[in-house]
Amino acid sequence: MKPFTYARARTAAEAADMVAGRPGAKFIAGGTNLLDLMKLEIEAPGHLVDVQDAGLDRIEATPDGGLRIGAFVTNTALAADDRVRRDHAVLTRAIVAGASGQLRNKASTAGNLLQRTRCPYFYDTAQACNKRRPGDGCAAIGGYSRQLGVIGTSRSCIATFPGDMAVAMRVLDAAVETVMPGGATRTIPIAEFHRLWGDTPHIETALRPGELITAVTLPRPIGGRHFYRKVRDRASYAYALVSVAAVIQPDGTGRVAFGGVAPRPWRVEEAERLLPQGAAAVTTRAFQGATPTPDNAFKLPLATRTLAAVIADAKGETASRPPELTP
Amino acid sequence: MSDREHGDPLRVSRRGAVAGGIATAAAMTMPAEAQVAPAPPPPAASVTLKVNGRASALAMDTRTTLLDALREHWKLTGTKKGCDHGQCGACTVLVNGTRINACLSLAVQHDGDEITTIEGLGRPGKLHPMQAAFVAHDGYQCGYCTPGQVCSAVAVLEEIKRGVPSHVQADIAAKPAPTPAEMRERMSGNICRCGAYSNIIRAMGEVAGA
Repeated sequence: MKPFTYARARTAAEAADMVAGRPGAKFIAGGTNLLDLMKLEIEAPGHLVDVQDAGLDRIEATPDGGLRIGAFVTNTALAADDRVRRDHAVLTRAIVAGASGQLRNKASTAGNLLQRTRCPYFYDTAQACNKRRPGDGCAAIGGYSRQLGVIGTSRSCIATFPGDMAVAMRVLDAAVETVMPGGATRTIPIAEFHRLWGDTPHIETALRPGELITAVTLPRPIGGRHFYRKVRDRASYAYALVSVAAVIQPDGTGRVAFGGVAPRPWRVEEAERLLPQGAAAVTTRAFQGATPTPDNAFKLPLATRTLAAVIADAKGETASRPPELTP
Repeated sequence: MSDREHGDPLRVSRRGAVAGGIATAAAMTMPAEAQVAPAPPPPAASVTLKVNGRASALAMDTRTTLLDALREHWKLTGTKKGCDHGQCGACTVLVNGTRINACLSLAVQHDGDEITTIEGLGRPGKLHPMQAAFVAHDGYQCGYCTPGQVCSAVAVLEEIKRGVPSHVQADIAAKPAPTPAEMRERMSGNICRCGAYSNIIRAMGEVAGA
């Protein structure tokens, strides 16, 4: 790990100014992903600004009936919030499908959105990676790509966004609130937060240098039945091969986003309008133009089958039950 | 290390032998100019932790993880370093009552926090009920992951009591119960290469039912 200096900010605006004023500075919240990468020197900040004292750890009701989730709220606290469990259950289900209990106790809401990809070539500093060193090339293309992206990727990078929480936030039409150096604020729709990176895969989000996430807002509850179905190589503590976040209404309409397939939570509004016609209709449209590799082409039929299982659950054709765990 | 070991120059601890061996190798391979012009000391900070009920402040490199602070600065080596990347759970400790991976947290992030390690849960002759249950049910084989397993297991039962939801709940709004399926899911961040999982769940079940 490279040496760094460390300071705590008392407010979000102060934190943004502290990072903007120091080249190589970064924010730290939970730090679970940042420290992991700092140990490998994939991240090497010279200065860390800790936001734990900046008052970003509350979940508040908004005047329009939604929720405002502070950036520093832990994944566990967010998943356990009674209002979230009752009104936005897809979000609780997605969060508890991710990581481990220890990590969810430490990881923050904003940090979850900002976690980097788990592409093995990104983590292996002996391999070429355009995210680590722009212009370096991509060893994943033509390499071992079973876990990697099937759509929205580019000739520079085929990594996926690995998170679960953001997939649920995408179906809930969440928005990301930020503060910039100097104190100006703005709101970024979750749909625009994670970039389709093209030839600049090292730029993963819409955030500008020094811009700090202060909160994620959820609009008023949308009703319906909430599902997060995650298919992975083991029953717990593994990244999604494919995941489906869905909110299905009694008339069969609803919203759907896929995780584990693209550089960002993959929701195609035109595709989800086809929900009453069944899973294949939705995925055919949602994955139009997909560019899978021979290793990960299985994700396309898997996405259809996973969505079909969710639709069957919503119709009550199969009981909604927890995954079988071997005794 | 016992007092006797301290007083006997011929007795070398395993830890001392390993550290000395690394230092010797480093000195032999270090280029001459590096020895005459040492780099400036890395940034340091004073960190106050209340570890197992006793508060103290120590100065350390800002890069020190909570895990390394506990092991190398507070000399509490019960907390183990496995993967050092949050994958194995051997470093699990309780911070203000909540379990986290001590390897993925900087000590400076915890200034003023209360830390409970395996040494704080129980001692030989005065075991924590979870430690006693692990012994009774053979919840370990080599024992390396055990401090993390025990800390995690204690916290898992608390999380279930507090109603923290899990992936295996059919009704996510309901209050969870300490069933084997719940405990298995919640313990997935603790890996045991010896495969003592079934006995760990039995030990937890005994404590949960007590």
